[in-house]
Amino acid sequence: MKKILNSSLKQYSMLFALIILFLAFGALTGWVNVTPMNISNMIVQNAYILILAIGMLLVIITGNIDLSVGSIVGFTGAIAGVLMINMGLPTFLVVGICLVVGVIIGMFHGYFIAYKEVPAFIVTLAGMMIFRGLTMFILNGQTLAPFPDVFQKIATGFVLSDLSVGPFNLLTIIVMVCMTLIIIFTEIKKIKNSPLEFKEPSGIVMTRVAITLVVLNFIMFSLAKYNGIPVVFIVFIAIILLYSFFMNNITYGRHIYAIGGNYEAAEMSGIHNKRIIFAVYANMGLMAALSGMIVAARLNAATPQAGNMFELDAIAACYIGGASANGGKGTIIGAIIGGLIMATLNNGMSIMGVGVDIQQTVKGVVLLIAVLFDLKSRTKKS
Amino acid sequence: MKKFLEIKNVTKRFGDFKAIDSITMDVSQNEIHAICGENGAGKSTLMKTLSGVYPSGTYEGEFHFEGKLCQFKDIKDSEKSGIVIIHQELTLIPELSIMENIFLGNEMQSGNVVNWSEQKKSALQLMKLVGLTEKPETLVVDLGIGQQQLIEIAKALSKNSKILILDEPTAALNEIESQKLLDLLKKLRNNGLTAMIISHKLNEIIEVCDRVTIIRDGKKIETLDVSAELDQGRIIKGMVGRSMDDIYPQKTHSISTDNILEVKDLTVLNPETGRPRLEKVNFHLKKGEVVGIGGLMGAGRTELALTIFGNMYGKVVSGEILVNGKKIDFSTVKKAMSEGIAYVSEDRKKYGLVLDDTLAKNMSLATLDEISTRHVIDKNQEQQQALDYKEQLNMRITSINQLASSLSGGNQQKIVLAKWLLANPEILILDEPTRGIDVGAKQEIYQIINELSKQGKSIILISSEMPELIGISDRVYVMNEGRIIKELSENINAEIIMEAIVKDKKGDL
Repeated sequence: MKKILNSSLKQYSMLFALIILFLAFGALTGWVNVTPMNISNMIVQNAYILILAIGMLLVIITGNIDLSVGSIVGFTGAIAGVLMINMGLPTFLVVGICLVVGVIIGMFHGYFIAYKEVPAFIVTLAGMMIFRGLTMFILNGQTLAPFPDVFQKIATGFVLSDLSVGPFNLLTIIVMVCMTLIIIFTEIKKIKNSPLEFKEPSGIVMTRVAITLVVLNFIMFSLAKYNGIPVVFIVFIAIILLYSFFMNNITYGRHIYAIGGNYEAAEMSGIHNKRIIFAVYANMGLMAALSGMIVAARLNAATPQAGNMFELDAIAACYIGGASANGGKGTIIGAIIGGLIMATLNNGMSIMGVGVDIQQTVKGVVLLIAVLFDLKSRTKKS
Repeated sequence: MKKFLEIKNVTKRFGDFKAIDSITMDVSQNEIHAICGENGAGKSTLMKTLSGVYPSGTYEGEFHFEGKLCQFKDIKDSEKSGIVIIHQELTLIPELSIMENIFLGNEMQSGNVVNWSEQKKSALQLMKLVGLTEKPETLVVDLGIGQQQLIEIAKALSKNSKILILDEPTAALNEIESQKLLDLLKKLRNNGLTAMIISHKLNEIIEVCDRVTIIRDGKKIETLDVSAELDQGRIIKGMVGRSMDDIYPQKTHSISTDNILEVKDLTVLNPETGRPRLEKVNFHLKKGEVVGIGGLMGAGRTELALTIFGNMYGKVVSGEILVNGKKIDFSTVKKAMSEGIAYVSEDRKKYGLVLDDTLAKNMSLATLDEISTRHVIDKNQEQQQALDYKEQLNMRITSINQLASSLSGGNQQKIVLAKWLLANPEILILDEPTRGIDVGAKQEIYQIINELSKQGKSIILISSEMPELIGISDRVYVMNEGRIIKELSENINAEIIMEAIVKDKKGDL
């Protein structure tokens, strides 16, 4: 009983940290950060980092790393710029091409890491330099702008923003209600189906569901009051749900955890380790390209420096969210919460007028403290 | 005899659980004192308390060494006063030389510079004492596990140890190496050494020890004087609290005349050296049969098993494998599994378990496809099958959702076994299935083997423990230096097996 309680609490300690952090900044900034506009902006501004973090989490769970994602973001953005702005190709064709390019780059890294057994750090460090170099080469060191309107909508658009009831966006309210019902329904189903020894005490379940619902409804409510649901938010939520399900319930997800947990044991269990690692990098490439599209659309320009250092934010999000540097551990939700903690720090400090220099420093300190905290709670248990 | 080490009412708690419970015992100078008990009885905890792994203040009670109260803060502290522990898992650094390993953390220095010539001289002395004939510059990675164990002892001796604590010193050694180690211990005792040994090998205890203290469930049961009259049954009775008349169950195998597995002329190269590791290996296994493969450590038995199980060892240059008379493709683990082959590794932590995963997940890892529809795992079925096997294999665990790292050796072995039984194999290769696990769990594993064979499953048992090999197998192959040198089907006994190996040796040992 005590064990279950502890593990539940630990799982949610980062969520608590996020909420407290958010409220603390609220108090410091006179609650500017809880305004609907700020919430909406935070989502739009951080979606690409969170998408990168999801791809990165899979890589980190296998016990590897990917330093090249920032460069892939820049590179795919540059290609989009050249094809759309200079050559005038149709938007959706170009987006498709860029995603494929991302996958190919991921496969390029994955091939050397999985099949040639070159350490991931080295391969992706090389990739980081190669693709940043190529980005500058393609763009000739210049910035390309502007993108067509349709493309810009990816990052800045809202879904059905005109339909509203009073001050609220209709669609958002509908989604909000549906989401609440679905969450309650699945929790009930989960309790009914779980075998006895799995059972969490009902108090904990209630608290957990309550907190989740409050947070989600707060976000949705804010969106409803502003412009409605941003396009990137839908993309982002779809990816979270898809990847959470994949990691928890699909055999390949389990394989990814097993490879990171014990490479040899996974191999001896008939798992095709190399194929899985190859696929995880291909997926990382896809996520980076998707992120590249969103960044380019948001800036409304293809610039040589786009995506610079994004890999570090994505990696930090995973670690803050409880992923293990040794592999085998980590959750999608954890990485998202880690990413949101970083986002809250950025946002809160920006509102307070803290300079980028201090922001960077604070983020570094938070990363160190979070990992230290995680390690400590882990060693205490054993 | 004067009391050299005195342990008084020592209790060590982990939460509410008492790993050792008010143990009082003593060790005399110049004796070899064995600590016996089943896995989880508290032997290792006791040793860790003595050697400062658990610092003073984290346990209750006290102990005195040479009449002085000991309050160690850490291992370094206990080593300073002469208590040195050698852990079951060796702690040598493979890429350093013998000499560097012996003096690691303890280098002979003039100023802050290592004095190599002095160090080499001392290393040679120590190596001679423990019977190591290699050059001191040889890298540890190039040595066998038996020699590595000797280096550990040399390392301990270099620290001027007055009392040496050995945790399962012969667990990974073969008979010859074990004997060598036991002889060394006897020699060192005659030179004045005191030692405490944790061991599951009762015959060794009887051979080398002066007294044996038996602990069970954290409590001391008794201390016995070891003499020629003391038989193993007496010790076992103390350990398990019941007498075990025969730890090997009556064979009830139903052996058919058909060969389920045939290996023909298998030659495999060592992937590192490119030299043949297995040479023209031929053997067969009948349906329902338990075939033992005996031999020394490094005879090529594990390599043979790994090759059959999906070509996991080296480059196959010739030979074929037939299952039910049909030639099979054994190029990957998955393909070998689909032919009904399963392999339980000798190193369960390295090749068997994902230690940070739950037991249920560990058990299902090799057979996820069978509990999935369109790759979606049925988690309820996963839980149910884990519960079934918990029952069937009599696992002593609190939950199937606890982490594998929290289990003792015997239970971990059962998890790995369950993982492969879930694959419902026709041919099960067990590589040292009882290494480092206690007598009670051993007996249970033997019964499982017996039961499987009764159901018509065929088993290859690789074992370095002669009595086990002989007690369980219907037929035994003896391997040496990558070849099968003898097949025994009747009158299997340890002498014949040893003789075959010794005579096969081509000069150098």
